[in-house]
Amino acid sequence: MADTTSDSFGFSVRRLPGFTALAIACYAMLYAPIMALVAYSFNAGSSIAVWEGFSLHWYGAAWQNEKVQEATILSLLVATVSSISATILASMAALGTTRIRPYKGLTAIYAMINQPLMVPEIVTAVALLIVFAIIKSTTGYQGLIYLISAHTAFCIPFAYLPIRARLESMDLSLEVAAADLYATPLRTFKLITLPLLWPGIIAGMMLAFVISLDDVVITEFVKAPGQDTLPTYMLGQLRRVITPEIHAISTALLSISIIMVSIFFLLNRKKS
Amino acid sequence: MRHSSTDTASGGTSAIEAVNVTKTFGSGDEAVHALKDVSVTIRENEFFTLLGPSGCGKTTLLRLIAGFDHQTEGTILLHGEDISLLPPFKRPVNTVFQNYALFPHMTVAQNIGFGLEMLRKPKAEIENTVGGMLRLVKMEELKTRRTDQISGGQQQRVALARALAPRPRVLLLDEPLSALDYKLRKDMQIELKRLQLETGITFIFVTHDQEEALTMSDRLAVMNAGRIRQIGTPREIYDHPAERFVADFIGDTNFLTADLLSADGGAISVRLTSGREITLECDHPAAASRHLTLAVRPEQVRLTADGSASPLNGVLENIVYFGTDTHYHLRLQDGGSFTARLQNSRERQELFAEGDQLGIVFDPETVQVLRD
Repeated sequence: MADTTSDSFGFSVRRLPGFTALAIACYAMLYAPIMALVAYSFNAGSSIAVWEGFSLHWYGAAWQNEKVQEATILSLLVATVSSISATILASMAALGTTRIRPYKGLTAIYAMINQPLMVPEIVTAVALLIVFAIIKSTTGYQGLIYLISAHTAFCIPFAYLPIRARLESMDLSLEVAAADLYATPLRTFKLITLPLLWPGIIAGMMLAFVISLDDVVITEFVKAPGQDTLPTYMLGQLRRVITPEIHAISTALLSISIIMVSIFFLLNRKKS
Repeated sequence: MRHSSTDTASGGTSAIEAVNVTKTFGSGDEAVHALKDVSVTIRENEFFTLLGPSGCGKTTLLRLIAGFDHQTEGTILLHGEDISLLPPFKRPVNTVFQNYALFPHMTVAQNIGFGLEMLRKPKAEIENTVGGMLRLVKMEELKTRRTDQISGGQQQRVALARALAPRPRVLLLDEPLSALDYKLRKDMQIELKRLQLETGITFIFVTHDQEEALTMSDRLAVMNAGRIRQIGTPREIYDHPAERFVADFIGDTNFLTADLLSADGGAISVRLTSGREITLECDHPAAASRHLTLAVRPEQVRLTADGSASPLNGVLENIVYFGTDTHYHLRLQDGGSFTARLQNSRERQELFAEGDQLGIVFDPETVQVLRD
């Protein structure tokens, strides 16, 4: 669609000298390493540079590695709990910033909700490390709660943005119509707002899940000894011997991300 | 509240009564006065239209009656009862929205049954009423469809059925026909009128389309700039516009200025700019001012080739053919323009040409003296 409009105005980026070559180079930079990674995950040998034939050996090795199993379970647990909590909080924040008469400071609140998108992750990580160290030393509690709350916090904007977008594109007169037809505010929310908001909530949750699953920096700073998620485990492995096992784990993670992002796009497209 | 029982006593058959209603959005310098001291009584079983240009306050008044907004001052009574403080979900009033606002995640039947569900009516009664409504708006075959799978005209009918199903005391319609094409709009006008007669529910209809207002309403209120300018039957409003705005907004009108010569009871004598004197009927105090504005409808006028005896003369500048009738645009001696609309018929014996000097003849009874 965009092509036809730019063509009809007599301007097409395709005709810019070097544009096509540059585009191909960019795509190559983006995807060649990933494709190499996926390819070498099927390498029969233990080298990450020399191809020695096709094999699923490293997938089996990763699958049977207890450390990998533990890290995977922890990753999924943290991602699930924090993406659900982040989505609940983000939904409330989205309702609170759209279903309200605009007031002074609303923009500031909006910016503050999205703070994790703007503050460098390393700063958040160090800040959390310090705060959690104080709490840990006073309470003595070492559990998963720190990791989960940290993940919940930085996942909120990722869940918030699609939910808010959905709320903003929703026809406000539907809620007015429900009130006109004797629905109390609570029933209007339950029967009209929530069902229509649902695709946005699911999209937000999946985005938050992927973001949490993928996090290294904050996790590395916040985790207690032995609390390794898949990414921090992999980082630890890189300091030792690199085998295609890492490739296999990465490829598995990549698949999860691709599936999640695909569902996210499908859900969002269905509405518009 | 402020009103006493004597205020409402006269309105025994009033469905909606707005008493000195004012609505101001914002405050200070940015305040927008959407409604200024509006009072109107809408009778039971009436098809009442609020007509006016956009921004005149007609939709604001409708929203106040529905409870979507609260008036800054004044009272709104429903069958004599003050509903000013009731939220919309407690008012026995339903709305047909301009964009229909059908629930996209529900079927046609679920949409129509929504109000009854919210009122917690028994299942059997809901089914019964929804069935009746589907028949009433001729949508039985499509009852299991989603609302985005039906055409605009069908959506319109579902919106109507949904608002009528709970049998509201008053039905509010906010420009419900504006999104339909011409042919469908014509059909829906007749349909709406039929539904109003069949259900006996008071309809309050908001529109900016004067033709719609004239053809459908029992009575209408012409609004402008937050005030009601005139209330009456379509015929009263069209034939006897009280002021310049109403005469101008409803139909086409020629405005003439005249000097008052004498007033004698209901009759006044005026001198037109042409120098000719005519006697008119006038029963309102506007006649007290020296300079008057007169309104003459273009279709109440005849043209004659011999202008010696006619009250006005003009040069024919332009002829526009409209099929059923022809519009003749004339330039008066005082420089003003004047339009005459003559019906086309086979017997038309006189044909005029551009540049002709013509006499303009009208019956003094069809001339309106306007309030300024």
